[in-house]
Amino acid sequence: MRHSRLALGAVGVAGAVAVAELVVRTGLVDAEAVPPASTVLRRAAEMSVDGAYLAQVGQTVRVWFGGLLLATAAAVLLGLVLSSAPWLNRAARLVVEVLRPIPALALIPLALVSFSSQSQGRTALVFYACTWPILINTLYALRDVDPVAKETLRSFGFGKVAVLLRVSLPSSAPFVATGVRIAASVGLVVVVSTELIAGGADGVGGFLSQSQTGGGQPDYMLAGAVWAGLLGLVVNAVLTALERRAFRWHLAGTEAAT
Amino acid sequence: MSENMLEIDGLTHSYGDHTVLEKMSLRVPRGELVSIVGPSGCGKSTLLRCIAGLVRPTGGRVVLDGTAIDGVPDELAVVFQDYSRSLLPWLTVRDNVALPLRRRGGSRAERRAAAEEALTSVGLDGAGRKYPWQLSGGMQQRVSIARALAYRPSLLLMDEPFGSVDAQTREDLEDLVLRVHRDEGMTILLVTHDIDESVYVGDRVVVLGRDPGGVRAELPVHLPAPRDQTTTRAHPDFVSLRTEVSTLVRGAAAPTKTVVHE
Ligand SMILES: Nc1ncnc2c1ncn2[C@@H]1O[C@H](COP(=O)(O)OP(=O)(O)O)[C@@H](O)[C@H]1O
Ligand SMILES: [Mg+2]
Repeated sequence: MRHSRLALGAVGVAGAVAVAELVVRTGLVDAEAVPPASTVLRRAAEMSVDGAYLAQVGQTVRVWFGGLLLATAAAVLLGLVLSSAPWLNRAARLVVEVLRPIPALALIPLALVSFSSQSQGRTALVFYACTWPILINTLYALRDVDPVAKETLRSFGFGKVAVLLRVSLPSSAPFVATGVRIAASVGLVVVVSTELIAGGADGVGGFLSQSQTGGGQPDYMLAGAVWAGLLGLVVNAVLTALERRAFRWHLAGTEAAT
Repeated sequence: MSENMLEIDGLTHSYGDHTVLEKMSLRVPRGELVSIVGPSGCGKSTLLRCIAGLVRPTGGRVVLDGTAIDGVPDELAVVFQDYSRSLLPWLTVRDNVALPLRRRGGSRAERRAAAEEALTSVGLDGAGRKYPWQLSGGMQQRVSIARALAYRPSLLLMDEPFGSVDAQTREDLEDLVLRVHRDEGMTILLVTHDIDESVYVGDRVVVLGRDPGGVRAELPVHLPAPRDQTTTRAHPDFVSLRTEVSTLVRGAAAPTKTVVHE
């Protein structure tokens, strides 16, 4: 079943590329402004062996993963603390609901002036944007831990901390992981946007903003976009695969329940 | 020191304004196997939770080994009615059984060996490497029984522990409980909705009633030992006792006065 889905996806991508190619080749769109898909893909392939470009990709990935990792650690810890008392949990969810709608992108100027190093400022923004989805998932998961499982360990004499580590954390882990996966896509958008807006030459976004200057090089612009998309796709696929492997028990449980 | 392992005095418990147990009292001598029967919703599970220290009763007290309990007592194990929710799905069956043994010390290998032994005793040898969700309901229920037995508690609380197993396995498990009780001298409280079972395994049958929840009758069981699935169940005393318990349980669904049979 997974193979047929993969095949279907490949057909879809190939179809979309073919349509993009045709639209340009038939003259429906100006080839000067939008190069044909084959040219864009060729550029993207060239960039994959270009050391300078790969260093830029590396820069983006470092900021992205750094912020995501920090956010995961902070959100899980914060989630555990905020779940320790029911009143605290209610208060926390209210605060989260108020703060969460502030878009991380609106904070870009603030981050750029408050941090001495650009990459620190970007990491802070990614951290901010990534914390919410992970924190929210952690809070809800911890609230919904099966009380019977907790009572079982308590009845065998395990204390509060042991119950937290041996029941609450593992049973919340699949939801935390989903939060991390959602946060990863949010984080990528934030890093690339920050790089674009900062106007430097750093990272995937910096490359994009440079290919825009001097009349623009649309083939490089689009190839850069393809790369940014691929990064998101690959990381999402890896995280999904890890979730499937690590949380087989969770999938089996939800399948049995439905 | 008192002869009784467990003394329950004036135990009252309410969920909000719904009073489930009202001023109930019960004495359990050390080493006794008490069967508890009663209509559903009369507070059997609530009673076990109070004894296990998982729920703080709204009134009265539970005294274990001469000390009023406050929190979960040591040396106690519970087989929960919700057996499938009581097993941890991310641990293998063997690790589920071995987990509580951490509090007993011993090496990892020793804990695993004890877990395998307990699994064998409930007829689950070879299932240790599986995960709980790969097993049938009846097998999961046996895992939770194995976990409690491996812990070797001095007080074992079992809440409808054989509800999901087939008839043959059920008889085997009843005999296993009788054997463990005899060999290790555990004090056991076993909640069941099967009246024949309550008489077959019990040294005493306690009938609980509803509205208000409390003890309606206590019947000592004097059947020849060792008990045997075929001969015991055919014994005239067994037949008359099960009829009596059955009548009491049916009566217990409606409010009545307490009857004590001696
Ligand atoms: N956590 C709870 N909160 C509110 N009501 C409860 C709770 N647990 C049990 N009850 C209620 O208390 C009564 C007794 O429940 P229980 O002790 O489970 O009875 P039994 O095990 O004899 O069937 C039932 O009416 C049940 O709905
Ligand atoms: Mg019950």
